[in-house]
Amino acid sequence: MTTDARPQSTPQTIEMMVNMGPQHPSTHGVFRMVLQVDGERVTGMESVIGYLHRGTEKLAEGEMYRQVITLFDRLDYLANFNNEHTFVMVTEKLMGVKPPERAEFIRVILLELNRIASHLMYYAAFGADTGVFGTTFMYGFRERERIQAVFEAVSGARMMHNFMRVGGVKNDLPANFDAMMGDLMPVLERGVRECDDLLTTNEIFLERTQGIGVISAADAVNLGLSGPNLRACGVPYDVRRAEPYSIYDKLDFDVPVGARGDCFDRYLVRMEEMRQSLRILKQAMKGLPAGPVMATNVPKGLRPPKGEAFVCTENPRGEFGVYVISDGKDRPYRLKIRGPSFVNLMSLPTMMRNAYIADAVVILASIDIVLGDVDR
Amino acid sequence: MTTHGAQPPTPAVTASYPELEAALKEALAGVPYTSEYILDELVVTLPPEHVLSACRVLKDHPRLAFDYLRCISGVDWVANLQVVYHLWSMSLRHKLVVKVNLPNDNPRVASVIPVWRGADWHEREAAELFGIVFEGHPDLKPLLLYEGFEGYPLRKSFAQGVKPGREAEAAEKPRKAVRPPAEKPPEKGEGAP
Repeated sequence: MTTDARPQSTPQTIEMMVNMGPQHPSTHGVFRMVLQVDGERVTGMESVIGYLHRGTEKLAEGEMYRQVITLFDRLDYLANFNNEHTFVMVTEKLMGVKPPERAEFIRVILLELNRIASHLMYYAAFGADTGVFGTTFMYGFRERERIQAVFEAVSGARMMHNFMRVGGVKNDLPANFDAMMGDLMPVLERGVRECDDLLTTNEIFLERTQGIGVISAADAVNLGLSGPNLRACGVPYDVRRAEPYSIYDKLDFDVPVGARGDCFDRYLVRMEEMRQSLRILKQAMKGLPAGPVMATNVPKGLRPPKGEAFVCTENPRGEFGVYVISDGKDRPYRLKIRGPSFVNLMSLPTMMRNAYIADAVVILASIDIVLGDVDR
Repeated sequence: MTTHGAQPPTPAVTASYPELEAALKEALAGVPYTSEYILDELVVTLPPEHVLSACRVLKDHPRLAFDYLRCISGVDWVANLQVVYHLWSMSLRHKLVVKVNLPNDNPRVASVIPVWRGADWHEREAAELFGIVFEGHPDLKPLLLYEGFEGYPLRKSFAQGVKPGREAEAAEKPRKAVRPPAEKPPEKGEGAP
C-alpha cells in the first residue's frame, strides 16, 4: 500500500483566531489581544485585560489619605508625578487647601519633566514596534535617564517618588537644582531634535504609520479617547486648557493637534508636546518664586469633610480622573480611578478595522498604554 | 500639524451654571429629577427608568451637548447602590454629574452604550465589581478579575484581604500586625571583636 501525499480534502480559506499575549514583547506588559484574521487582514479583535489588576480602588478604602499617594505611583508607572498630583489635587479640593505658589511651580516642573520622560519612552517603544529595534530605544532612554536622575535628586527615588503632599510637596528642591536644570534643558532640546531627525522623515517609518489605525474625531469623542490620541484626530481638547488647574492658566503653550487621526499623527502630536513641555519648563524655571513648599493649615491627620469631588488632569497618556467620596473619616469612602490607558484601549478595535496583523503591533504601540493604568 | 496656541482662556466652568440649569429644566421636562451643587459641580439625580432617554437628551440637546463621557463609577452606600456618570461637553465646555440610585436586591439600570460607546468597559467594570446589571449591554462579561472569582469586591460587605469562605477564620485573627517592642540599639564598640 502506498501513501498518497495529496491532501485528503480540498484546503479551504477560513477565518482564524490568533492569540497575541499576554506574554508578548509588543504588548508593553501583560495585555492579550485575540485577533480574528482572514489571511493577513484583521477582521475582528477583542482585548483581554486584568492581568495586572491589584484592586487599587479597594485597597485605597483601607488606607489613610497620606498612604493612598503611594498607591497612585503604581498605576501609570511612567507618569508617577502626574498620578500623585491628581490625587493630591482632589484631596485638596475636598479640604479646601491651597498649596503655596512655590509648591505649584515645583509641581508643574516635575509634571512636565515627567511628560517628556513618558513621551521619550513612547518614542523608544514605538520605534521598536515599527521595526527600528534598538536605535530608538537607545536615543529615547539616553535623555530619559537624565530626567530620571533629576527626579532622584529631587525626590530620592527614580520611579516611586511619593513626593506630592496634600498642601504642597514633601521637600524643597535641592540647592543645585538650577544648575541641574541648566545642564538638562539643552540636552533635552538636542535629544528631542535628534529623535525627530531619526524617525519623522524616515521613509520606512512613514510607510508603516501613515494612514494606519485611523480613527475619526466623532468616533474618538464617542469612545472617550483622550490625550495625544484624541488631539491627533483634530480635537483640541487638553484639560490644561479646558479646565485649567495649578498654574497652567498663567503659562504660555500651544496645544498641537493632528488632522488624520492615524498612527503618524499620534506620533507627531507627542513630538510637538515634548517641545511645548520644554517651553513650559523654561517659563516655570524663570518664574519659580521663593517661599514655603507646604501650606501651613494642613492638619496632620487628613480628614476631608463629608462630600465628594472629581478632578481630572492632563496626564501624558490623556485624561486622568480621580473621584473621591469622603464620609468625614481618615480613609476615602470610595475612590474611583479613570485611567487614560483603560479608556483609550477601548478604541483599539475601531482603529484595528481592516488592518494587517503586522500593523496591529504598531497601532497598539501608537495608543501608548501602560498596563498598570489599564488594570489598576 | 497645526497648533492651537491662541485659545482664549476658558472662563470658569461654574460661570455657566445658571444657563445650564435652565437648559436642563427645559430638556428634562417630564423627568422627575432633583439637582444640587457639590463643591463646583452640578449633580442631577435621575430615577433609573429614565436614564437612557435622559442621557440621549443630554447628549443631543444643543444647549447641553454632553458628548464626552468621562467616567462611570459604582458606589455602595450600603442602604443602596449608586451609579455616577461624569459628563463633559467638548463644544460648550461645561460639565455635569448624573446619579442614579439602585436597590441592593435587584440593581438594574439601562446601559448607555447607545449614547456613548465609551461606556462599555466602565459598565463591565461596575457590573463585575458591584454586581450592577446594565440592561442592553452587548457583552457584560467580567473584565478585570480572574475566571471563577466569587463576590463583588467593591461592595462594603466584601471584607478587604479576606478570601470568600474564610470569613470566620479572618474574624478570629486581629487585622493589625503587632509590632515587637523596639530593641535598644547596641552601643558603639559593644560586642565588637
